Amino acid sequence: MTETLPGAAIPNPTDEAAINAAVDQAITAIDGAATLDELKAVRLAHTGEKSPLSLANREIGRLPKDQKALAGKLMGASRGRVNKALAERNAILEAENDARILLEETVDVTAAPRRRRAGARHPLSTLQDRVADIFVGMGWEIAEGPEVESEWFNFDALNFKPDHPAREMQDTFFVEPPEAHLLMRTHTSPVQVRSMLEREVPIYVLCPGKVFRTDELDATHTPVFHQFEGLAIDKDLSMADLRGTLEHFARQMFGEEAQIRLRPNYFPFTEPSAELDIFHPGAKGGPAWIEWGGCGMVNPNVLRAAGIDPDVYSGFAFGMGIERTLMFRNEVGDMRDMIEGDVRFSEHFGMEI
Amino acid sequence: MRIPLSWLREFAAVPAEATAEDVMAELVKVGFEEEAVHRPTDTLRGPIVVGQVLSLVKEPQTNGKTINWCQVRVVPEGQEQKLTGKGIDPSGVQGIICGAHNFVEGDKVVVTLPGAVLPGDFHISARKTYGHLSAGMIASVRELGIGEDHDGILVLSRIGLDPEVGTDAMELLGLYDEAAEINVTPDRGYAFSIRGVAREYAHATGTSFTDPASKVQAPAELSGGYGVKLNDDAPIYGKPGCDRFVARTVRGVDATKPTPPWMVSRLRLAGIRSISLPVDISNYVMLELGQPTHCYDLDTLSGDIVVRRAAAGEKITTLDGKERTLDAEDLLITDDSGAIGIAGVMGGAATEVGDSTSNILVEAAHFDEVSIGRSRRRHKLPSEASKRFERGVDWQVAGVAAQRVVDLLVELAGGTADDAGTDVGTAPETITIELPAGFAAARIGIDFTEEQIVTSLEDLGAVVVKHDGGWTVTPPSWRNDLETKEDLTEEIARLVGYDKIPATLPVAPPGRGLTRIQQQRRRLIQALADAGLTEVLSYPFVSKAANDTFGVAEQGAERSAVKLANPISEEHGYLRTSILPGLIEVAKRNHSRGFRDLALFESGLVFLPGENMGTPSIPPLGAKPADEVLDALFDGVPAQPFHVAAILTGHDSPAAAGHTPRAWDWADALDVARLTGDILGVDLVASQGSHQAFHPGRTAQLALRTGEVVGYAGELHPKLLAASDMPARTVALEIDADALFEAAPDVIVARHISTFPVATQDVALVVPAEVPADDVRAALREGAGELLEDVALFDVYAGKGIEEGKKSLAFGLRFRAADRTLTADEASAARESAVALAAERFGAVQR
Repeated sequence: MTETLPGAAIPNPTDEAAINAAVDQAITAIDGAATLDELKAVRLAHTGEKSPLSLANREIGRLPKDQKALAGKLMGASRGRVNKALAERNAILEAENDARILLEETVDVTAAPRRRRAGARHPLSTLQDRVADIFVGMGWEIAEGPEVESEWFNFDALNFKPDHPAREMQDTFFVEPPEAHLLMRTHTSPVQVRSMLEREVPIYVLCPGKVFRTDELDATHTPVFHQFEGLAIDKDLSMADLRGTLEHFARQMFGEEAQIRLRPNYFPFTEPSAELDIFHPGAKGGPAWIEWGGCGMVNPNVLRAAGIDPDVYSGFAFGMGIERTLMFRNEVGDMRDMIEGDVRFSEHFGMEI
Repeated sequence: MRIPLSWLREFAAVPAEATAEDVMAELVKVGFEEEAVHRPTDTLRGPIVVGQVLSLVKEPQTNGKTINWCQVRVVPEGQEQKLTGKGIDPSGVQGIICGAHNFVEGDKVVVTLPGAVLPGDFHISARKTYGHLSAGMIASVRELGIGEDHDGILVLSRIGLDPEVGTDAMELLGLYDEAAEINVTPDRGYAFSIRGVAREYAHATGTSFTDPASKVQAPAELSGGYGVKLNDDAPIYGKPGCDRFVARTVRGVDATKPTPPWMVSRLRLAGIRSISLPVDISNYVMLELGQPTHCYDLDTLSGDIVVRRAAAGEKITTLDGKERTLDAEDLLITDDSGAIGIAGVMGGAATEVGDSTSNILVEAAHFDEVSIGRSRRRHKLPSEASKRFERGVDWQVAGVAAQRVVDLLVELAGGTADDAGTDVGTAPETITIELPAGFAAARIGIDFTEEQIVTSLEDLGAVVVKHDGGWTVTPPSWRNDLETKEDLTEEIARLVGYDKIPATLPVAPPGRGLTRIQQQRRRLIQALADAGLTEVLSYPFVSKAANDTFGVAEQGAERSAVKLANPISEEHGYLRTSILPGLIEVAKRNHSRGFRDLALFESGLVFLPGENMGTPSIPPLGAKPADEVLDALFDGVPAQPFHVAAILTGHDSPAAAGHTPRAWDWADALDVARLTGDILGVDLVASQGSHQAFHPGRTAQLALRTGEVVGYAGELHPKLLAASDMPARTVALEIDADALFEAAPDVIVARHISTFPVATQDVALVVPAEVPADDVRAALREGAGELLEDVALFDVYAGKGIEEGKKSLAFGLRFRAADRTLTADEASAARESAVALAAERFGAVQR
């Protein structure tokens, strides 16, 4: 391309037909420009200093006075049409150009790498928090205690008679030397005794934590597991209050349709005592009652051990296994998955349960 | 406890069509959990009939064996075979090959006909063998699943039977019966008997119950029998070891008589093997009435029976043939020869009944629960007898049980009972319990009617007397577990039904939510998970070596640790003083399962024994101990701080297209450690650390501002990693989180935010190589004064241009004043004084 159209004569600025022809020629060239570079060349050729329209415009000065106004008007309108066409074409080509660049920058989002490691909570720890939150929401407090414990807190204070067979059923880990009367707590109940000694009645506490029994690890047993126990001591508490509390908790955990069932059982630290079953509508193999834990009205001897007058106060207590809850709630089939620490187990849950 | 249904039906109205499952479904309502069903017909199906061997031809085989080709009549002579099916001979005589040789022509045997199924899914059919068509099998007890004896086939005459040919042998042997197995809680000793369970079944269903004890006609008084003395000079807790001893004599028994099949069947379903007629009778009565009894060969006894405590070191050979050394606390049955039994636990071998026994002394005694329990534990001799005595046996039933044994010996073993007998001892005081009106209702939340209360208690066998304020209740002799008004309350609720208890929700007083430490603990765990680490749990059981390595910084020092008396295994005999050993095991397990890039953390208690370990004694139950006793109990429990530890191995993220993961290094461990401080608002000071489990040059010790060391972070020692098959350059950290919680500020005071412009200046200092960068930074900070807003190390350089043994540290300093725009001169002056202090402390020279 050259700056002037070869062989083109300078049109007369009063010759409307000639000017229109030049304009048409320019617009045709503009519309034909396929790229921004081509458009730039077209612009120089048709609006540059040596373009026919520019040259014609320059001729206006040489015209007689009476023709100047008309020619000026003609040229102004003509150049306006060309500039407008240029702007329009430029906008189109720029938009096309932008779109092409963005298209070229397209990536395969499905091939994106994971640059950040996603962490995970152990579901037993998440579940323990969730249980605690439900009770905190009811105004209860969370109590804790040591895992190596005095035999008195683990057994005697809980009304396990020294020679009663119930004491042996707990499969206890004892600490050396045996004369020191220390053991690994077999349940979280010693925390109940500590709570009663440390707090003023009324007492509403939940005691979650690790407990220990001398079971070999298999699909359904582990020597280390987790429990949560609840204890309420107040005036006039009854077994109906126990049932109401457990029912409320079950519904918070498992939904409004959750049901519980109490069956007579025996524990040294409660009298009356009950086994707690929960109705699990989504159980594998169909809806079923599942054994969930034990509960009952606090034995007066337990209150006495903590210096609470059983003639004034009564209380209830309950305890469930966290592992067991997770097993039936989340369909964990094998106890070992929960304790081996395989990252796939925790990572599958992420931060949720 | 296993309950044969036929036995239960004798005393309770169990519907004819009820199965073991139905019975268990009833019993669970009154507190007996379902355990299992024992039903022979689950694995055994007829036709199984009585047959008579008509002929028996011995046929020697080429393999050296001799087999019998038998013709066996399986329907009475002259009658037609009503059974049809493949292999059933219409003539009523089956041809059967039998390899056993313990029978002869004319013997009546058990024939499993074609179509029968035996335990092990063994289908009987007619098949060609040894050149004959053998159409059925002559069965042994083992093949029928009712015994271990497989020396030969079951010849019915030898178990005292002569049934008609063609009789249903399953009926004959009690194989249509079934047993429900239930779990009996340790308080309910009475339920270790058909008597107790039948009563409970009646409670559960409201049907009728007949007390088996009432069916036995025992004399009201006994005298003139075998001499028995109760000489307990060392009762435990003041309770005599034996408070009743009934002795009866039966003479002229034939101890070799077979036990009748109905009794064998019931014993078997109850889980007890048939031994001999006298022993079977003793066991049968124990199962029926809950009272263990013992049969002595009267002719082996010498002199009076004396029940006394053992002399220390005294010995006895028990029925199982083992010689046992006795403890002074063991209660013994003795005669002039010495110990003839450990009371309530196991009899002695010398006075055992045998085939030649003809005169039997029957013992039915009542022993103290605690004494029997201790002997059982001491000698590790759990027996059916000790199980019952430990939980408590009905004092009143001893005479009845003795009579029942006598009756059965007379009936089944052909003996004659002496009229004379012995019954010594003193009945325990009957206890009465006051049940105030309204107590049970208040405790349970059901407004019980008077009728519900009285009927429930009377159904149990209690005597209930009404008075103004409530009831005086005398529990039945078999319910030693009923001692308090709470016990009675449970019984009333149990019999009325726990399903009747309504639900009310008590309102707790306004709470305080989670405590500060509980919140801090949660935040710590969540922050580590949010930072990309995976939470795991491991066992706290470790080896001594692991504690010595991870629990103490200096090499060679021993870690004092809590040792378990009965660990799962010896190599895990101690409680952890550090979380890292368990975490390394978890990392190894994951590594072996193909996961190479790991970032794991665990939080939990570690166990640090102090000077006080436990207490030499513990206070009794049922009373609050004195304050100093309680304090000693609290103080004797070892310290158990809450730790958090992490281990990082491999890379920080998975390798992927377009992404190069970075290998974890020591600084990542330190970074995670610092994070624990950051999220709790605690300043953690890192300095060059030394810990035997860590790389000597790549370990930071972490301390609080007070100087208290709270943990370590860095690369694990290369030798330790190699020894535990862990990848090189694995890094780890462990922090005493409790120390952080305690150090966390209660209130964080806000800082003034200056909006005046910043003035930044860089400085490069050459210092000796061994000077820690952080110390230089601290000197700059201190020297610069309050205009310094921040100082950061941005480059470390050693090499060309820097003198050997030195390094160059480049810091960026950011100055800002709270109240004005700093001039360049002010900033430079502050920088100079910062450099001056670094020069003074470390000989730092500006480059």
